[in-house]
Amino acid sequence: MNLNDAVFILLALITIGSALGVVASKNIIHSALLLVLTFLGVAGLYFQMNAGFIGLVQILVYGGAISVLIIFAIMLVMDVEPEKTNLPTPSLGRRMWGVYLVVLLIIALGASIWYTRWPLAMSAAGADEMTVLANLMLGKYVVAFEVAAILLLVAVVGAIILAKGADDK
Amino acid sequence: MIGFTHYLILSTVLFGIGMYGVISKRNAVAVLMSVEIMLNAVNINFIAISKFIRSETGIGQLFAIFVIVVAAAEVAVGLALIIAIYRQKKSVNLNDFNLLKW
Repeated sequence: MNLNDAVFILLALITIGSALGVVASKNIIHSALLLVLTFLGVAGLYFQMNAGFIGLVQILVYGGAISVLIIFAIMLVMDVEPEKTNLPTPSLGRRMWGVYLVVLLIIALGASIWYTRWPLAMSAAGADEMTVLANLMLGKYVVAFEVAAILLLVAVVGAIILAKGADDK
Repeated sequence: MIGFTHYLILSTVLFGIGMYGVISKRNAVAVLMSVEIMLNAVNINFIAISKFIRSETGIGQLFAIFVIVVAAAEVAVGLALIIAIYRQKKSVNLNDFNLLKW
């Protein structure tokens, strides 16, 4: 086992463990903080796959902005004591149904991934990824780029209007 | 030796954890958090495909950026909706949000 494999296993354990913690924790503040750890673990996986720019975007957007947004929303809507804020659904049947679906998904998808012959690329591309991404974004995919910008603008305006509530006048 | 399949299986497990959270949680904010975990699992797939599979250079990373943009928009609107509903219902329990059900 070389260093690359050890780093992957460590990052995978951190990511899966904290994701399980998000789902299992009964206190939603703990869930939110473990969610930040999950995002950072995923960012580490991006760094390991030579995708440094995406890793930094992940830390900025997920680890910074989205987690702060979620924690603010939790502070605004928390009304009972924190230990009871994130209980699972009381019906055991629904939870068992969820476990059944998830185990089915992981077994079926995992087996099909394991036994597929992938057309792997032998040589890792050593190109400067920022240049490649910029050329794609402002060249071939410029329409999608602009649509994403408009989507963000509309979402922010809509979020402000929704959270502010209707005008009383 | 860690390869492409290991990344895909890690992402499948992460997606499954998020899916269990969506099905079994009652708190609306927790459901949004589980959806974020699922979107992150999809992004791991995109980056792994961009690195390991023969394809146009950088296309998987570009898709991952668009997924991150849509996820940011989704979480902003979703949390605003939860705050708006909380003002009406004084609750974030999904079982209380049956206004449009009949």
